[in-house]
Amino acid sequence: MTVKVLRPGLLTTLQDYGRHGFQRVGLCPGGAMDKVSLTLANALVGNALDEAALEMTVIGPEILFEEDTLVAVCGAEFQSSFPHNRPVLARKGTRFNVGRAARGARAYLAVAGGFAVEPVLGSRSTYLPGHFGGLEGRALKHGDVLLLREPQAVERFTSLKKTKDATVKWSARPLTVPDREPILVHVIEGQHFASFDSNSQRAFFDTVWSVAPDSNRMGFRLSGPPLGRPEADEILSGPTCLGSVQVPPSGVPIALMADHQTTGGYPRIAEIASADVARLAQLAPGGKVHFAKCSLEMATELRRDARERLNAALRGIAWEYQRK
Amino acid sequence: MPLGDSAAYIEFSTTLDLEVNNVVQRLALLILKQKVPWIRDVVPALGGVALHFDPDHEGFPAEPLEAALEIVNGSLKESLEMKDDAGREVELPVCYEPEFALDLKEVAKKAQLEPQEVCQLHEAGEYRVLMMGFAPGHAYMGGLHVKLAVPRRASPRAVVPAGSVAIANEQTVVYPYAISGGWNVIGRTPRVLFDAKRSRPSLLWPGDRVRFRAIGREEFLELEKQK
Repeated sequence: MTVKVLRPGLLTTLQDYGRHGFQRVGLCPGGAMDKVSLTLANALVGNALDEAALEMTVIGPEILFEEDTLVAVCGAEFQSSFPHNRPVLARKGTRFNVGRAARGARAYLAVAGGFAVEPVLGSRSTYLPGHFGGLEGRALKHGDVLLLREPQAVERFTSLKKTKDATVKWSARPLTVPDREPILVHVIEGQHFASFDSNSQRAFFDTVWSVAPDSNRMGFRLSGPPLGRPEADEILSGPTCLGSVQVPPSGVPIALMADHQTTGGYPRIAEIASADVARLAQLAPGGKVHFAKCSLEMATELRRDARERLNAALRGIAWEYQRK
Repeated sequence: MPLGDSAAYIEFSTTLDLEVNNVVQRLALLILKQKVPWIRDVVPALGGVALHFDPDHEGFPAEPLEAALEIVNGSLKESLEMKDDAGREVELPVCYEPEFALDLKEVAKKAQLEPQEVCQLHEAGEYRVLMMGFAPGHAYMGGLHVKLAVPRRASPRAVVPAGSVAIANEQTVVYPYAISGGWNVIGRTPRVLFDAKRSRPSLLWPGDRVRFRAIGREEFLELEKQK
């Protein structure tokens, strides 16, 4: 079983839930920018929820299915003829031209069985700065041929084969794609919040920030009025995590994303609630965001709510399949 | 203190204190040994230790900060009493020849030393990995001679060659691969600092004691061939 890459798109990489346990030697977990959408795509094709899928960014690829393949695309809405958020049987010879993202920035294409690449340090995620993981540690390019593993959910496969348009009438509701911008992202105060002057503190929450063009999987640079330096200028380098918002000397905040550095020497003004990271990941360059302060308790509550929404969606998918 | 809602940072010092860092290193190892299922990463930093949680783990406690603090306190006493034997000893060959020592002249000028003296002082030092970060395999090592404590370059280099040995302030680092950086490059090692295909991907680990050994151009090229 293979798929062939006819056009790679802007940045198409294999990503799963990432690799853990190596942050103490400076390796971040990485993995999908929007793990919620990845999870849904895997559930739709009957994979383990943490299976690796293709993360497609802003401009999607064109791929050719060389055998009948069960696929699902979740996350950003791309201009393509392919239905999103549902299992689709891509028949042998189908060309899937993904086009441009119309809403959101990243979508995940999962195939039943998963992609046949060897895990590196326990994960199939592509880590671009280190040139390892995924397909040869790089983004897809023209002419790549991706091997697939044997699908698990054979029943789904055969039932879809009998349908006229090779898909189902139901779909999974997208959970992370913004309806409108600016999106609201909750943050708790970062370790160095108090050392910023009150103008900077206020500006951080009053500003509608825009994702700068030089943002990437490591971090989103946020364009807006530069923030003033904190009073205690020199801080001791310390740990960072997914969603840390650092303020370098330029005053332009950087939100750390999946491939972030594990330690940093810039003051951290805020930490993004983990429930909101996947939604932030759906902003393309130019996308608008503003921040609302919340307590640790509320961030915890938001995380539980988000988990419950995802679980409900997963139950919904399982129910549809049982119903047939 | 919380580090977002899925991690905690337990800080012991806001300034660099090598004694505190020693305790942090031992503490991190003791916590790792416990293999707490809902703690995914234990990261010793310069002045404290960060614990990264797996909030979806079934054993994840309702009050993770309290639970984390309890784990830290449980190991703190032991780490304070432990003898200083947590780190391994690692020797890194370094070639200080001019083609690799891009900033040696500059450093010598700032430190008011001869270039040769800079290399000798650097080689004579006993270093300790205080924290890792910036890139996989990139270790911040303390123990640099005070005479060599020069500031970082005014403008960072777009690309520092892989294996570059560099200094700034009172620390030394080795760049694991070609990457942008602002430290003063005074030599290069032929060793591979990080290789994801190795079972222990990183050559250096937090708490390691590191010595540099000066090598000539020929030995450098010979070792590089063995990569």
